[in-house]
Amino acid sequence: MLVAQNIGFAIIATLMIVGALRVVTTSNVVHAALWLVVVLAGVAAQYLLLAAEFVAVTQVLVYIGAVMVLFLFGTMLTRSRIGRQDDLNNSYWKLGIPVALVVFAAMALALANSFGTEKMPNDAAVVSTQQVSDQIFGPYLLPFWALSFVLLAAVIGAIVLARKD
Amino acid sequence: MIFAAEVAQELSSGWFLENAWLIPVIPAVTFALILLVGKRLPLKGSELGVISMLASLAIAGGAAYQWIQRVSSAGEDGIVTPVVRTWAWWQSAGHTFTIGQSIDGLAIIVLVVVAFISTLVQIYSLEYLRGDRRYTHFFAALTLFSAGMLAMVIAEDMITLLLGWEIMGLCSFMLIGHWWEEETNSRAALKAFFTVRTADIGLLVGISMLYVSANEWTMKNLGVSGFSIRGISAWALSGEPNSTLILVIAIALFVAAIGKSGQFPLHTWLPDAMAGPTPVSSLLHSSTMVVAGVFLVARLYPVFFTGFDILGSGGNLITIIGGVTIIIAAALAFVQDDIKRVLAYSTVSQLGYMMMGLGAGAWMPSVFHIFTHAFFKACLFLCAGSIAHSASHHSFDMKKDMGGLRKFMPITFATWIISTLALSGVFPFSGFFSKDEIIDNVGYNGYGLFMIVGLVGAFMTAAYMTRATYLTFFGAPRGASAGQAPHGSHDAHDTHDTHDSRASRDTHGAPHESNLLITIPLMLLAALALGSGLLNAAPFGEKWMRISKWVEPHASAFAPKLYHAPFTWTKASISLAIVFAGIVISWFVSTALYTRKDRRLVGLTQRVPALRVGYNFLINKYYLDALYENVIVKAIVGPIAKGAYWFNQNILDGILHSVAGASRAVSGWVYRNIDQKLVDGAVNNSGKVARDAGGALQPVQSGKVSQYGALLFSAAAVAALVLVIANT
Amino acid sequence: MLVNQFLFLAAILFCIGVYGVVARKNAVLVLMSIELILNAVNLNLVAFSLRNGSVDGHTFALYVIAVAAAEVGVGLGLVLLVYRNRRSISLDDLSEMKG
Repeated sequence: MLVAQNIGFAIIATLMIVGALRVVTTSNVVHAALWLVVVLAGVAAQYLLLAAEFVAVTQVLVYIGAVMVLFLFGTMLTRSRIGRQDDLNNSYWKLGIPVALVVFAAMALALANSFGTEKMPNDAAVVSTQQVSDQIFGPYLLPFWALSFVLLAAVIGAIVLARKD
Repeated sequence: MIFAAEVAQELSSGWFLENAWLIPVIPAVTFALILLVGKRLPLKGSELGVISMLASLAIAGGAAYQWIQRVSSAGEDGIVTPVVRTWAWWQSAGHTFTIGQSIDGLAIIVLVVVAFISTLVQIYSLEYLRGDRRYTHFFAALTLFSAGMLAMVIAEDMITLLLGWEIMGLCSFMLIGHWWEEETNSRAALKAFFTVRTADIGLLVGISMLYVSANEWTMKNLGVSGFSIRGISAWALSGEPNSTLILVIAIALFVAAIGKSGQFPLHTWLPDAMAGPTPVSSLLHSSTMVVAGVFLVARLYPVFFTGFDILGSGGNLITIIGGVTIIIAAALAFVQDDIKRVLAYSTVSQLGYMMMGLGAGAWMPSVFHIFTHAFFKACLFLCAGSIAHSASHHSFDMKKDMGGLRKFMPITFATWIISTLALSGVFPFSGFFSKDEIIDNVGYNGYGLFMIVGLVGAFMTAAYMTRATYLTFFGAPRGASAGQAPHGSHDAHDTHDTHDSRASRDTHGAPHESNLLITIPLMLLAALALGSGLLNAAPFGEKWMRISKWVEPHASAFAPKLYHAPFTWTKASISLAIVFAGIVISWFVSTALYTRKDRRLVGLTQRVPALRVGYNFLINKYYLDALYENVIVKAIVGPIAKGAYWFNQNILDGILHSVAGASRAVSGWVYRNIDQKLVDGAVNNSGKVARDAGGALQPVQSGKVSQYGALLFSAAAVAALVLVIANT
Repeated sequence: MLVNQFLFLAAILFCIGVYGVVARKNAVLVLMSIELILNAVNLNLVAFSLRNGSVDGHTFALYVIAVAAAEVGVGLGLVLLVYRNRRSISLDDLSEMKG
């Protein structure tokens, strides 16, 4: 069982990384959006591997279903050229590589130091929705209400921003 | 030592002696008063002058009386110390400068002479200069002159002496040039001033050298500074100074005396000084100021005594100069037509006698000759003035405007004759007792050659005075004396006719005797010319030598030991015979030449070449004036002055300019390189650095969000790395 | 399964997202890169939640998803507005700083 999970993990991780790389390197905005979909889907699969069913489903519904649609609408509404666009990287994109590498180096060091070869628990049960909702409406109720305000503000704000007047 | 013995005796003193410093102070204050308020007074300030001189005379007389008592109180051989009072006026760096009086016999005799003659001359001037254009200033200058001379006489230190000396020089200049509107007069005044001033260099050098050399010794032994005359005298006699040093000092001081007393070669100013009013000639240039040089030598006698080794040699600078002066001045007196010039050369000649006497160790006879000479010479000048005032219409030319005046001016004639006889040294007039004593003592002290010079001089004196007497008072009246307009040349006049008030002109007309204000001084002086000799009459024995007793200092640490020639009638007869010979020969020659116009004599000097050369030589005053004015003065004015100017402009100024140019170049270089490049460069560069730093940092604030993000992340990553590495 | 494999994966995604934020000119693409970052964070949270055996990570991840959605909405609204005003969503052009 573990072996299967590992192999599954490896394949999905590879896909994700490739997809992420394509998101940031492709010269086609729509393609970038599509690759992002790949990444998001991969993340959802990883959630499943991590025994987080509810989160995985929410990920698919919200991210892939709503956010990506938003992105695509945004792309369309801002007349981004459909097709290849050569000037998607700004003038100092080269600066990003070392920055990213430094950040990765920092994190890698920390992780390697802290967790080493620690293993995940094998016999973890899949987290049920009930457990999640108990958490949400229990200890973390206040953030939930705040979140609802955030969403409300976002909705109103988006409408206000985007309307034509 | 010797100094202590002096202090031990208690000598009598008195108010006049203690306060003798008032004698010059009163005229000095009066001088200022005359200038301030003189013009508003009824007699135009002259009353102040006369009163001040009378006051000085009174104090001088009182001081003289008290001095005589002081001498008596010292006993037969006691040393009479001077009455010294000093006041310190400046102290610095351990040197104290004092001003004060030192009254001794020499001071007393000269004080009395100066005060007396000054008084008489001031009274005389009341009439002589009546209506003059600068009447008040004349009296102011005359009073100041008296103040200066009196200050010099009582001076205790060389600085006061120098002060008095210079004041006299200034007043001489002012008074000679009293009628400066005529160029001759102002030139004469300048000539007098410059000649005496040139000689005064010697005085300054001498005083400085004395101070520098003597100060230490005098401070140590006597507690006085190197300016004190007493200190200097003691120092000179102490054997302390180096003989060359003191010789140089003596020469320097003697140079000043040569100038002031009109000795050869600086005698040329005295005859020209006759351009001044006659009272001035009588006071300054015969009896008082010109005697200052003689006084200087007499006062600082120890310096000269030691410096020239007076009793140890047969001739020294002083006697040589004195002797030469006697002869050349007497020779010149023979060829003068101006009566005042005859008297001027006579004065020069008599001063030569005094100098020669001092130089030969005959101190007392020379000082006594100052005393007697003052009276008869002043009288002679005042007679000349009287003649000009009342007979010859201000002309002094004997040949053209005088003659036969004995009939018209009996008093003037009588006083003239008395004074002439005194001058010639005829017994019993005063000159006999003084001049003959000089000649006698000069020979006695070993200066045989100079004794002969003195005798020749006596012959010549008698001769030229007889000539002058003859021309003035005998023979037929000529020119102005004959009632005509004056024929005399321009510069023989007292030319105040055109500018002065009518009062000065109403004495013209036929020759007549002068007014009492003129004749009374004449008579007083003549009386003294007759009788003053008896105050020191060597022929009559020791008891008659009163002035010697009162004036001559006994040998001490302050005065050298001097010797007196014993008087013998044999020696006196020789000189009297020479004098009579002079008078008689001159009388006959004058009568022959001037009255009878003997053809053998008239024009003799023109016909015989040798005589003509000699005559021209005399007429041109030995070409000395030509030498001085044309050669020396022109050389200085011309090439030397130009050379000095060139030196100043090119070398001195050149040095200055090049220094300035160099500093300009240096400063320019400094400005360009250091200031502009270094300093400004540093400033500019610091600004540039700041701007560049800002410029370098500017891209951070680019407004590009992505860049901000990059910075943020990288900074965070770096910080995280640091923390991680630090904690592992 | 190693804990680190998930964490490393999340780290890689995070760094790629950082690179995207820095390197991309198009505002929409930048937002996408931000999504990458957020997702990496979520992955992290959930991995830890599994490791620790708690549900907190899940809750947190859900909240992040919600906030991310709101953020994208508002963000794209902003982008649209900017596009309307500036006719460009190229971040380089949007900067008014001189130099």
